[in-house]
Amino acid sequence: MWEYTDKVKKYFTEPVNVGEIDNPDGVGEVGSLACGDALKLTFKMGEDGRIADAKFQTFGCASAIASSSVLTELIKGKTLEEAAKLTNKDIADFLGGLPKEKMHCSVMGEEALRAAIADFRGEKVQEHDEGEVVCQCFGVTDKEIERVAKANDLHTVEEITNYTKAGGGCESCHEDIQQILDRIWAEEGAKPKIEVKPPTQRKLTNIQKMKLIEETLEREVRPALKADGGDIELIDIDGDKVLVSLRGTCSSCAASQATLSQFVQTKLREFVTEDLVVEEVKP
Amino acid sequence: MSQRVIYLDNNATSQVAPEVVAAMLPFFGEKYGNPSSMHTFGGLVAQHVEQARAKMAELLGADPGELIFTSCGTESDNTAIHAALMSHPDKRHVVTTRVEHPAVLNFCQDLARRGYEVTFLPVDRQGRLDMEKVENAIREDTAIVSVMWANNETGVVFPVEEIARLAKAKGAVFHTDAVQAVGKLPINLKDTAIDMLSLSGHKLHAPKGVGVLYVRKGTRFVPYIKGGHQEHGRRAGTENVPYIVGIGKAAELAAANMQEENSKVRRLRDKLEDGLLAMEATMVNGDREQRLPNTCSVSFEYVEGESILLGLSDLGVCASSGSACTSGSLEPSHVLRAMGVPFTAAHGSIRFSLSVYNTEDEIDFVLEHMPPIIERLRAISPFWAKAKKEGLLAAACQPPGYVEP
Repeated sequence: MWEYTDKVKKYFTEPVNVGEIDNPDGVGEVGSLACGDALKLTFKMGEDGRIADAKFQTFGCASAIASSSVLTELIKGKTLEEAAKLTNKDIADFLGGLPKEKMHCSVMGEEALRAAIADFRGEKVQEHDEGEVVCQCFGVTDKEIERVAKANDLHTVEEITNYTKAGGGCESCHEDIQQILDRIWAEEGAKPKIEVKPPTQRKLTNIQKMKLIEETLEREVRPALKADGGDIELIDIDGDKVLVSLRGTCSSCAASQATLSQFVQTKLREFVTEDLVVEEVKP
Repeated sequence: MSQRVIYLDNNATSQVAPEVVAAMLPFFGEKYGNPSSMHTFGGLVAQHVEQARAKMAELLGADPGELIFTSCGTESDNTAIHAALMSHPDKRHVVTTRVEHPAVLNFCQDLARRGYEVTFLPVDRQGRLDMEKVENAIREDTAIVSVMWANNETGVVFPVEEIARLAKAKGAVFHTDAVQAVGKLPINLKDTAIDMLSLSGHKLHAPKGVGVLYVRKGTRFVPYIKGGHQEHGRRAGTENVPYIVGIGKAAELAAANMQEENSKVRRLRDKLEDGLLAMEATMVNGDREQRLPNTCSVSFEYVEGESILLGLSDLGVCASSGSACTSGSLEPSHVLRAMGVPFTAAHGSIRFSLSVYNTEDEIDFVLEHMPPIIERLRAISPFWAKAKKEGLLAAACQPPGYVEP
């Protein structure tokens, strides 16, 4: 038995916006009979540039029907730009969550929406994202796996199967999916934004340390100071000593010493290494 | 859950008969002795275990000494195949079918990964085996042939007695998973060449947690669970006395009810099936002749099984589906796929499995409420209007030419 929320049950038993719009402005069709679920989304634009009406037809399980119905509710009244920002998470969240094995139902909603918008814009409508088909059973491409993995922070083959169905058939593509995951998360890992590793036991080279300090100031410190009308500049790094200079309101702020020691140093120690000492130098 | 429950899922599990519960109760209470003990207190309990064995032997047409009590059907299946392989180490080939229960199928798939050669026999569009293929598959080095007596999803009955003869002729052990057949079909093992047979208590109105493995006298055997000398050294572990007493009582009831199962239950099943088939774009999965009297697998095309089940469940009706969304994987059941059931139908398959406890009222209730459920879902389905408009219905109802998998 699936643990569905009351909202899923409600939108399954009493779905809204069922049907097909005559002369629609955009049509998105995804899935197939073979796959076990399919969704046809049609919408009509209003004079005000907003989606005036949206309808759906779905072949699938309760969560697929509920996800489709919610999709139509969510996009009505939105501009195309706003609608294009909608993701599977918005659908799942609106429903109060979906069982993890059923997340692909919300992804199907997102894909139908993307297809319908592409159709409206006269772009070449493609059944799947461009790219190479990885899962032959369900026709899922590497691009799609990559997109859904990044959007939903997925790290295992099982999660990919839950969200895209890829790997849910003959399972012979599991290794390929794992390779895609290894690759994208290695690439992401190289980027600073998820470089949140405990600094303690790590021996950094000078170059690494300098880079990390720069990145941390950029990401963690400057936005906070800027919010208060201030700024910070990295002057030099001498061993574990980080020399910085304050700008704007910070430079004349009586609390600047406190700002430095408590805030900047804490951040640098958290993200770079615990041995750092921050010192202010006058410009 | 105050509404009434209409239970049409007896191939999944069955209601424990009140008589069975009553028979078991003393063994949770005052009669707690260990049947292996030397004292009278335990010895009296042992007598009840032996009485249960005798009742089950009676139902199967076997000698009580040929029965081993186990924990479930799966244990019986695993034990049987393991025993045949261990006692014939020179033979490394196994024959089974593509439509077995996972208790056999997954065990055999594991064997294939561990260096055994396994032949998985295909079935036709009606879920039947080709006897010529069966015969050709059995070789000199075949250790065991394992074919289910009746399929749990479609109810299709296989000619296991004939297959057992073919296996015997080539010196292979024959095992059958008869979990769905026992209690529903008359069985007389003495008249057959079947070497081993597995059954499960909870499919015949005994509780979950007890099974039986029949091992024909003279069949080489190696225990799967090793330890104490229980079950004459063939299955270690202290006997699960209350459940063994329960399955004995259930066997006694099954023997008494068999006739009823074959008349009343069959009539209700047929009424249900005919009523469902009166709806548009529906079809039965599996051979309607060679079939269990209680089982009916019907496909409602262009709708998805889980949605149907949820609609039924809201009305208190319990059934199951071979659709992807309910199978635990993302593909429709391996049985329907092996049969080549088209996707239009496989995803919308519903299995109803009846028991002696079902009534005519219940069947009428289902027949009254099923059409609105299907119509509502078809109105939502993008394929239904299209299929109707383009006249694909008739074509889709025709089984496509069966392609050798």
